[in-house]
Amino acid sequence: MLDNLKILYHQGKQFIPNVKTAKVPGIFRGRPIISTQKVNETELANLCPMHAISSNPVAIDLGKCTFCGECALQYPEKIKFTTDYKISTNERERLIVKEGDDFAIEVNPAAVRKEIRQIFGKSLKLRQVSAGGDNSCEWELNAANNVQFDMSRFGIEFVASPRHADGIAITGPITQNMAKALEIAYNATPDPKVIVLVGTDAISGGIFAGSPALDRSFLENHKVDLYIPGNPTHPLTIINGLLDLTRKKR
Amino acid sequence: MNYISIKNNQTVPIADIPVLDYQQFRETNISLLIKHSDRHCVNYFGYAQGNSIKLICCIADDSTHEICISSCIVDPSKKFESMSSKLLCFERFERELSENFGITFVNHPWMKPVRYSYNRADKSSVMDNYPFFNIDSEELHEVGVGPIHAGVIEPGHFRFICNGEQILHLEIQLGYQHRGLEDLFLQKKNLLQRVTLAESIAGDTVAGHTSAFCYLWESLSGCDPKPEIDFYRTLALELERIAIHTGDLSAICTDIAYQLGSSVFGRLRTPIINFTQEWGGNRLSKGLIRPGKTQFPFTKELGDRLNEVLNTYEPDFNEMCTELFKLPSALSRLERTGIVSYEDVLSIGTVGMSARMSGLTRDIRTSHPYALYPQLNHEPILKHHGDVYSRAQIRREEIWQSMSYIRQLLKNIPKSKTNYDMPNKLQPNAFSISLVEGWRGEICHCAITDSDGDLAVYKVKDPSFHNWLALALAVRNNEISDFPICNKSFNLSYCGHDL
Repeated sequence: MLDNLKILYHQGKQFIPNVKTAKVPGIFRGRPIISTQKVNETELANLCPMHAISSNPVAIDLGKCTFCGECALQYPEKIKFTTDYKISTNERERLIVKEGDDFAIEVNPAAVRKEIRQIFGKSLKLRQVSAGGDNSCEWELNAANNVQFDMSRFGIEFVASPRHADGIAITGPITQNMAKALEIAYNATPDPKVIVLVGTDAISGGIFAGSPALDRSFLENHKVDLYIPGNPTHPLTIINGLLDLTRKKR
Repeated sequence: MNYISIKNNQTVPIADIPVLDYQQFRETNISLLIKHSDRHCVNYFGYAQGNSIKLICCIADDSTHEICISSCIVDPSKKFESMSSKLLCFERFERELSENFGITFVNHPWMKPVRYSYNRADKSSVMDNYPFFNIDSEELHEVGVGPIHAGVIEPGHFRFICNGEQILHLEIQLGYQHRGLEDLFLQKKNLLQRVTLAESIAGDTVAGHTSAFCYLWESLSGCDPKPEIDFYRTLALELERIAIHTGDLSAICTDIAYQLGSSVFGRLRTPIINFTQEWGGNRLSKGLIRPGKTQFPFTKELGDRLNEVLNTYEPDFNEMCTELFKLPSALSRLERTGIVSYEDVLSIGTVGMSARMSGLTRDIRTSHPYALYPQLNHEPILKHHGDVYSRAQIRREEIWQSMSYIRQLLKNIPKSKTNYDMPNKLQPNAFSISLVEGWRGEICHCAITDSDGDLAVYKVKDPSFHNWLALALAVRNNEISDFPICNKSFNLSYCGHDL
């Protein structure tokens, strides 16, 4: 008993008091800023392994980016990754950061269905479906609920059954072999429900985009409510994205 | 000679690998392994050559530190006596060959689909008609779990046959995570894309798989990695081991409903992966490891920071371990649960922790040394009971070992920054093999180049490929409620297996 108390005492304060203002350590690669300096745009675009960089004007699509940072290493005067981890949004085009842009990426409250804020504003239970990912986003989703990030303090949790869920969180590029199970899980979730895409693989297929082993038709048939980019997504990106979606005032 | 002996990370002309007829090929590889517990099959794969299939088998010899490679060209429409009829360790390799190319292996004990690859030979074999083993008895019942499980984990289907609470048999159906990864290595022509693919094989083994890819690439392009590159790969590998082992101890505590251990180990993982982010910008070391480069130089300040991180981590980790490993209610759940015997792990050819838990030494760090492990004089940690407790103990002791290695490495941080220009063209018509000991066990990447010096075959083998069968054996005669801790104590990879 005393040993247990000692262990508890030695943990100190672990939780992050404010998940909106917390600083991430080191050289985290979050929202990029692209300067208006002239560089060889074709070379820059060809450098990107994900074809996430387009030219004229230079823009990075965070839905395709794996945040490897190669462009920033080769063109430090042109591209800089900031430590801003709040990069989730409900509109796909907002993930495209253009030359000269330096504003927060956020959820557009006008485009959020009314019932999401009304019904899920204080509690959101999600069923996570892993559909061909590499298990990195799953790790970070689990981390979002550990004692440090403690997402459940906001009433946001992952549940075992889609029947108990208010929506599904998809990780991975959606493989053929998982497509049917994903559809079944989605159909088993009661209305109203949300779809959240977690990670670059889920948003665009990531490095697997175009592989014949994928079947992304699910996303053609259903509307996505939130895009959470990253490879893997940082727990703070996940938490802020979900809070933004469910709690932001119009 | 019926085979060619090469070292880890060595490249040889493909023409130097002896081509045998199937009978000879089978006998050679069986006689290499039979009664030799110091040898095991690290990879056995095939690729199409016109209408025929060329098979390549790689047997690693742990005492001579060599890998024996032999090959054979077969007509897939013919029938062949299986190697698994003599040695079970070939079982999954032959299933894979049969699934991908339609080769018939006679007397194979358990010919079933492996991962339903998109380009499999028999398209009528689909996820929904997997031929499960079933039993006709009114006293027994079946429990099906997955592909979607209760937690935030990867998909796989588990089918239990139980007598009351007791598991008689478990069959594991995988393939849900299949992304066509090996073919993407050939389709993506740019080196950076290929490294990104290597990073995405298994997100929890980024350092392991990416190191294997980089050593392979460097060997094929004839560039000898400098010690500073070895330094940062060794460091990344050991940091990954500490982080995942800590997380696994937390998961084991969760599954025995020991809240304190679950929370404490869970939060202890964070400073380690946060350090990886301080160094390379990503908590799971994505973007950190590149062929021929030190992308993020390891400075003295980072070294001091890491020492500080380990010094704060260690007392808290030790305190929690002391408490967990003397707690009777925890020990009674861990001890004698999920046992796999030495004979079984040897015969099915498990690797890494899943072998060392039962007294079988399988550790590439000593048997086929690479990076800085020779100078660290690595000694594998062995346990002998093959139960959940052994697997938990291995994790605790490997964390201690990794910390001491890191501290040793930090005494001598290399200064210079290396930057080779890595070629996109490799040695033509060559074969290369790279073995790396990830935290789960041995990772094996093999590549063959064409006459233009581009990749013609890329073959990935995650340790889980061998080890899933060990989990199925471990749960036999256990209560079904103990399945979660058995599963967590192995922590096998779905995506690494499914590719």
